[in-house]
Amino acid sequence: MSSTSNSPTHHTSTIGAIGAPSRRNTELALLVFAVVIPVFAYANVGLALSGEVPTGLLSYGLGLGLLAGVAHLGVRKFAPYADPLLLPLATLLNGLGLVCIWRLDQSKLLQSLPNFVTAAPRQLLYTALGIAMFVAVLFFLKDHRVLQRYTYISMFGALVLLILPLVPGLGADIYGAKIWIRVPGLGSLQPGEFAKIVLAVFFAGYLMVKRDALALASRRFMGLYLPRGRDLGPILVVWAMSILILVFETDLGTSLLFFGMFVIMLYVATERTSWIVFGLLMSAVGAVGVASFESHIQTRVHAWLDPMREYKLSQAGVQDGTLHSEQAMQALWAFGSGGTMGTGWGQGHSDLIKFAANSDFILATFGEELGLAGVMAILLIYGLIVERGVRTALAARDPFGKLLAIGLSGAFALQVFVVAGGVMGLIPLTGMTMPFVAYGGSSVLANWALIGILIRISDTARRPAPTPASNPDAEMTQVVRPS
Amino acid sequence: MNKPLRRIAIFCGLLVLALLIRDNWLQYAQADKLRTDPHNRRVTIERFANPRGDIIVDGNPITDSVKTEHGDFKYKRTYKNGPMWAPVTGYSSQAFDGSLLEKVEDGILTGNDDRLFFRKTLDMITGKPQMGGNVVSTLNGAAQKAAYEGLKRQGGKGAVVALEPSTGKILALASYPSYDPSSFAGNTSADGKAWNKLQKKNNPADPMLNRALRETYPPGSTFKVVTAAAALENGLYSTADQHTKSPLPWVMPGTSTQLKNEGPIPCKDASMRVALKVSCNTVFGKIGADLGNDKMLAEAKKFGFDSEQFTPVRSNASVFSDDMNTSQTALSSIGQFNTAATPLQMAMVASAVANDGKLMKPYMVDELQSSNVDPVAKTQPEELSRPLSPENAQILQSMMETVVKEGTGTKAQIAGAVVGGKTGTAQHGVANSANPYAWFISYAKLPDNSSPVAVAVVVEDENANRGDISGGGLAAPIAKDVMEAVIHSKK
Repeated sequence: MSSTSNSPTHHTSTIGAIGAPSRRNTELALLVFAVVIPVFAYANVGLALSGEVPTGLLSYGLGLGLLAGVAHLGVRKFAPYADPLLLPLATLLNGLGLVCIWRLDQSKLLQSLPNFVTAAPRQLLYTALGIAMFVAVLFFLKDHRVLQRYTYISMFGALVLLILPLVPGLGADIYGAKIWIRVPGLGSLQPGEFAKIVLAVFFAGYLMVKRDALALASRRFMGLYLPRGRDLGPILVVWAMSILILVFETDLGTSLLFFGMFVIMLYVATERTSWIVFGLLMSAVGAVGVASFESHIQTRVHAWLDPMREYKLSQAGVQDGTLHSEQAMQALWAFGSGGTMGTGWGQGHSDLIKFAANSDFILATFGEELGLAGVMAILLIYGLIVERGVRTALAARDPFGKLLAIGLSGAFALQVFVVAGGVMGLIPLTGMTMPFVAYGGSSVLANWALIGILIRISDTARRPAPTPASNPDAEMTQVVRPS
Repeated sequence: MNKPLRRIAIFCGLLVLALLIRDNWLQYAQADKLRTDPHNRRVTIERFANPRGDIIVDGNPITDSVKTEHGDFKYKRTYKNGPMWAPVTGYSSQAFDGSLLEKVEDGILTGNDDRLFFRKTLDMITGKPQMGGNVVSTLNGAAQKAAYEGLKRQGGKGAVVALEPSTGKILALASYPSYDPSSFAGNTSADGKAWNKLQKKNNPADPMLNRALRETYPPGSTFKVVTAAAALENGLYSTADQHTKSPLPWVMPGTSTQLKNEGPIPCKDASMRVALKVSCNTVFGKIGADLGNDKMLAEAKKFGFDSEQFTPVRSNASVFSDDMNTSQTALSSIGQFNTAATPLQMAMVASAVANDGKLMKPYMVDELQSSNVDPVAKTQPEELSRPLSPENAQILQSMMETVVKEGTGTKAQIAGAVVGGKTGTAQHGVANSANPYAWFISYAKLPDNSSPVAVAVVVEDENANRGDISGGGLAAPIAKDVMEAVIHSKK
């Protein structure tokens, strides 16, 4: 941080060069692809399922195009120097997700399930709301540093959001994880998705203030800088919070996500590797400790270690107090049956996953119908979003912006890893959703807001700096560094 | 602050890399294993996604496929004249897998067989649904009908196998009581009920047992044909009419037990021709004792005993034991003691005699075809062994023809053909208390000296009068009908 922002001879490295192009037209060209690809995919599903182009193709294409256009105009107006990749990548994922959800809506098997809803129109509505949220973020948040003022309000807000699912009468237990709330007339909400952003704001604000104390006051021991006892306070609090989430909401993913995000931000703020070591140790202790008595977590771990056994238990209808689910194995079969090239849109049988096929498990449908090639492409798109986020953090000129950008990007990466890893059997399953592609209003809204904040920070970062006033003292006041 | 940022970037990259590696592991390295996992429902969905190929008899399919109305299995199997053909086709069910030809030739019928690879690829490229190939059977519809109707008329349990002696083609393969494989081809609760009703524990008649291939019976007197063949082949006697110097009564060596004949028949010093005609236990028991276990076993094995046959549907191995003392060998040589044979086995015995001593490998699949009836594989007749020299075979033929002309098998006579045969009434159960099995094995010869058919019939009738059961009375008429059906269909 200190090396780039206050030395005028250095500023070409990561800050956009003076007079750099805004890249808005690049963004528009990419957006065209991001709209056209899902439209073709939509036509493809229709052709595969019923042999004809779906009747909704035109309205769907226009709808998605319109939403992308509005988002683009919003960026053009309110954040003209923003990163040109973020919006097209998010639009592409959202569009493909819509196609996949519509495709699963056509499944007779899913239609026969008791709580089936036609999800695609709702998801389109959520997408519209998400884009509205995105434009609103750009409109109201003219400078991301404003958020710094709300550091402690954010903390309070995040706590409320995290506790909401536990409030009796409001929270809902869906397949063992208590991460939902039911709002009468609105449906279900996953407050954790929003808490992710609010917590990032709080961590960024807090760490920006405390980072020097956390970084400098420490003792060296076995090559590590050990923090002082009282500086351990914040990390202990966040750790305890994660453990409480794990115990009361029984959701490994949310817990991992928040703690991981905090450790990442702490490390970036202090540049002390010891925090990472501490973080890993604490999360290991916490996870093992909780898993030793929480049966829901144990079930998830068993299903991860031996999905076939869980499948057989669920088929046999074994009632032993824990919920046996065939989903983990069904997801693996979906991936395996897709193979390298996939079956093609509409031709797989990922509906066998049944519950949550279009939300938590939606990646399995991509795996089966688009194959290894398709899933790798989607994972790389997520990777690109994260990469643009990290680049934004690098380019940001203020520590708060850096921390916020890396916090949001890191959380995004962790979420993708936790969900995709869970569905693919790399780690135990959790109750989180793939950003943008999975069905769910909270997820779509929160992630569009997240992209909005990243775009805002990148706009600030890439905006041409005012021409530096010629400083006659510059030559005389060189900073002498010990290194 | 940028150094840790770059490290976090690398960390995020590693997360994505881990996902990519895992995905490659799942969708490339493990893909085949997951895709073909029998628990993976896609395997069964795929299996029933297209109509199966057909099993064909006399140029017409005896199977068909219909679209199912519910569930994700699109097509189910139907059968024409299901109970009659069940011992040949077996079943192919959405819920209960498959059996017999349906199971053995499943690859061809579903189109998954590697031999259909070219066709499959072509269909895939042209976007046509994968079509199964056809299995052309060797069976003869008229003979099968005669066999099944004959058994049904008798009403008891039984089986019929008819072979073409010169090739080994299976012409008829009937078992009774039978079942309709259409009744449980689907995946509904009605199918489940139909299946349960047919299981042995719910249905003592065990209709799903393929008695022609999978049940062994004591062959009784029909086994004397094998014993006679052994006597001729080993030079014990060289003609049919040579006196055998058999005493009556005859006490089995090493025991004080007399071997009994059925009634006062002229068995003392009888020739083999007479002994076969009136079915002397003493004469053939003594031949067995004189030849000994090893020689009898060698001859029985040449006829196919003690080994399974793959037609390609597997048949159980018939039994002739290899560790018997002299008296046990004597009893075994008249088809008692441990000796047990499938109806297919006894048809092979008759067939080898009729084919001048050459035993052809029995088979029921003539040709495998792709969906557009291009031949994929054709079965060539194959010699299994030579249990008899041509001369000895002709001697044995003349003996068997005497049986039908003036012996116990007169009910199998056919106008315009020479029939050779042997009856059998096999006793079984504790102290021979159960109802005996009525056997008849025979072949027919046309005036041009060709032999179009050899047949074995077994009838077990728990309801019949004990006295009524005799190979000549119960089994021979069925054999006659089957042989006639074959002869007529040749014309």
